[in-house]
Amino acid sequence: GLLLGAATLKNTLLEKDAGDSVEDELELSAVRHRPEGLEQLEAQTRFSRKELQILYRGFKNECPSGVVNEETFKDIYSQFFPQGDASTYAHFLFNAFDTDHNGSVSFEDFVMGLSILLRGTIQEKLNWAFNLYDINKDGYITKEEMLDIMKAIYDMMGKCTYPVLKEETPRQHVEVFFQKMDKNKDGVVTIDEFIDCCQNDENIMRSMHLFENVL
Amino acid sequence: MAAGVAAWLPFARAAAIGWMPVANLPMPVAPTEKNKRQDELIILNVSGRRFETWRNTLDRYPDTLLGSSEKEFFYNEETKEYFFDRDPDVFRSILNFYRTGKLHYPRYECISSYEEELAFFGIIPEIIGDCCYEEYKDRKRENAERLMDDQEDNKDAKLPNMTFRETMWRAFENPHTSTMALVFYYVTGFFIAVSVITNVVETVPCGSSPNQKEVPCGERYTVAFFCMDTACVMIFTVEYLMRLFAAPSRYRFMRSVMSIIDVVAILPYYIGLVMTDNEDVSGAFVTLRVFRVFRIFKFSRHSQGLRILGYTLKSCASELGFLLFSLTMAIIIFATVMFYAEKGSSSSKFTSIPASFWYTIVTMTTLGYGDMVPKTIAGKIFGSICSLSGVLVIALPVPVIVSNFSRIYHQNQRADKRRAQKKARLARIRITKTEGSNAFLHSKRNGLFNEALEFTNSTEEEQRLSKSTSLLESQHHHLLHCLEKTTYKCHIFFYDSLFVFLPLPASLSLSCFYLEAGLQNYPSRSPSLSSQDGVTGTCCSRRSKKHHTPLPNASAPAHMQPLTHTHTHQQGLQELSTIHIQPLSTSRSSLNMRVDDPASLNCQSSQITTAIISIPTPPVTTPEGDAHLPAAPTHQNVVKVSAL
Repeated sequence: GLLLGAATLKNTLLEKDAGDSVEDELELSAVRHRPEGLEQLEAQTRFSRKELQILYRGFKNECPSGVVNEETFKDIYSQFFPQGDASTYAHFLFNAFDTDHNGSVSFEDFVMGLSILLRGTIQEKLNWAFNLYDINKDGYITKEEMLDIMKAIYDMMGKCTYPVLKEETPRQHVEVFFQKMDKNKDGVVTIDEFIDCCQNDENIMRSMHLFENVL
Repeated sequence: MAAGVAAWLPFARAAAIGWMPVANLPMPVAPTEKNKRQDELIILNVSGRRFETWRNTLDRYPDTLLGSSEKEFFYNEETKEYFFDRDPDVFRSILNFYRTGKLHYPRYECISSYEEELAFFGIIPEIIGDCCYEEYKDRKRENAERLMDDQEDNKDAKLPNMTFRETMWRAFENPHTSTMALVFYYVTGFFIAVSVITNVVETVPCGSSPNQKEVPCGERYTVAFFCMDTACVMIFTVEYLMRLFAAPSRYRFMRSVMSIIDVVAILPYYIGLVMTDNEDVSGAFVTLRVFRVFRIFKFSRHSQGLRILGYTLKSCASELGFLLFSLTMAIIIFATVMFYAEKGSSSSKFTSIPASFWYTIVTMTTLGYGDMVPKTIAGKIFGSICSLSGVLVIALPVPVIVSNFSRIYHQNQRADKRRAQKKARLARIRITKTEGSNAFLHSKRNGLFNEALEFTNSTEEEQRLSKSTSLLESQHHHLLHCLEKTTYKCHIFFYDSLFVFLPLPASLSLSCFYLEAGLQNYPSRSPSLSSQDGVTGTCCSRRSKKHHTPLPNASAPAHMQPLTHTHTHQQGLQELSTIHIQPLSTSRSSLNMRVDDPASLNCQSSQITTAIISIPTPPVTTPEGDAHLPAAPTHQNVVKVSAL
């Protein structure tokens, strides 16, 4: 029974990644991950070498083990929103970044996500946003999913807002959203509807370029 | 926001794109970074050890020295690095704070040096991480206690200008300071003992008349005991009143524990005096006599151990409270159980639950008097459980109290040991310091000579003297000299060699000085110590007006006596009523004159009063001789007072 427990532990904890060395197999307690080489990342993302270096240094500082798990992710993200509860939204964000759905965000995931958000085309950005809203990744945004997202966003604001947050505010916001986006009124928003609608909206287009010079 | 997380701000901003499609309103304009510097490496040179870090790392905490523009003050242009002349080991922790956001306290560092470094770099110690904060606080508390102990020792030192009241208070608090105080201490101790013994013996049955039953001695020898009691109470009253008079803050004294004990000790007597005749309250009077036993607490002034015990109990108040509380709980539970268990048996002593309390207490504390025993089987079972649990409940808080007592006791032992060692330490320090101050005086004299000689334009002496006075020393001397000039005074220094050298400022024709008896601290103007510690002179030189004339003919009578006060001086004409100093003759004696043969001085006048200083330390080798400058025409006068 003990051996079985140890074996399962070993399997769940190990990262099967190209960068792993043999020692990682033997270590049961700490998960370590080394990212792919700088050149590969440079090729895959739109960041320069220097930018990747800066990003990695920041990343590794907060997560010395090389991967971010959901708890740490929530922790880090919550520090930017001290008045409210950012954990729900962080959860959705985490799922959006964790493209291979293995429960942890490695540096590659992180950097790819950032590359899309900061240096991607409008199409890619909108795609990413759709992916964020589509919680179960089935290609459709339902009202419930949108409501969850909306509540998470409003949660980040916290309780002390003006005007005071009411129960039905997120719901109303979702209604407005669906009115705008759901062209064929079938109760769900598909990716094409979404992209179409956003491209026609001036505000949204302008805001997509807002964070371009972040890095 | 923690510093490390600041690195993730770009990510958080990028993720904000997720809100955009949902938003209905236009977004505000993003701030632009004006001068977007590439992150560069900064070199921090701390006493030779080079630390390198990113500039951004340091910028995380802009309210510290390294994070603000304050570090520019330490920038070295040639080597393009920031140089700090501080401890590199402690700097490691400080730099790690910038890197990781957590400040750690290394155990091997001295707490005060660490705090100094933190203060220098502008970091408050409160942000020490939880892992090290407790250790830091413990060390800090220990250090503070130790310093307080040292300070308390210093309180023993007698200040010169103590009023009678202050002297008395000091005598009361520290009996070993003077013989009178010691006598008083022992006398009061004796009387406390006498009083307590009297109280005890009073109740012993002694002798009996054949027809009466035994009477206690108190009733037999009423008069004798009354006289004893009166005498003791007299002494205690006088003592209390004297303490009250001498106390610096009467209100605080009256509130202190010892004074309350004193009052409680003597009050019953007076109350008894007042109401002897009243029959109703005589019962209460008898009760009051019980309070006489509190006199024994007066011994705590005499016994260090008793004080420690009291202090321990005070500091363990919470543990004692817990002990009491848990005992009470257990007693109530077991008393109830025992009562109901024994209810059935006949002729049971457990008549009620409060009656069972007695049994429970006696059992839990493992006394087991046996006056109440359970008879039923259930009662016996519960009784045994009760005694077992009693042992446990009592054993739990006792080690805490014991360890507290041990810590405080050892601390006290350490304080006593340190006090004893301190004297030897101070003596050694004094010796090394006087050698240093000898050198200082020597060079000071040389410095002053240098200046004086400028007047005389004598080059030979100058060459001889301008040897190794460093720039720092000469500037210091110049400063002191300016002060002297300003105040028409000059410095006199006493040190262990009992040699005092008084150079006079060049332009003053008076001999004004005041003696400083600060053996340890030469520049301070700490006035006298007690007679056994050294001579203090006040020197105020009185010169009659006629002595303004050039000095060679002047004779300035002055007495030097061991005084204990310093007078304040007036400007201009000084009051030198107390120093007999004869100006030495105009001839120049050699610079290498030895101090201990005054006879070889070429003095015209005959009196050189020697002040008697009874410093027991061996004389340190004095600087080479003493010299004086030619008196004519510049009115210089060098007066040597040799005290042997």
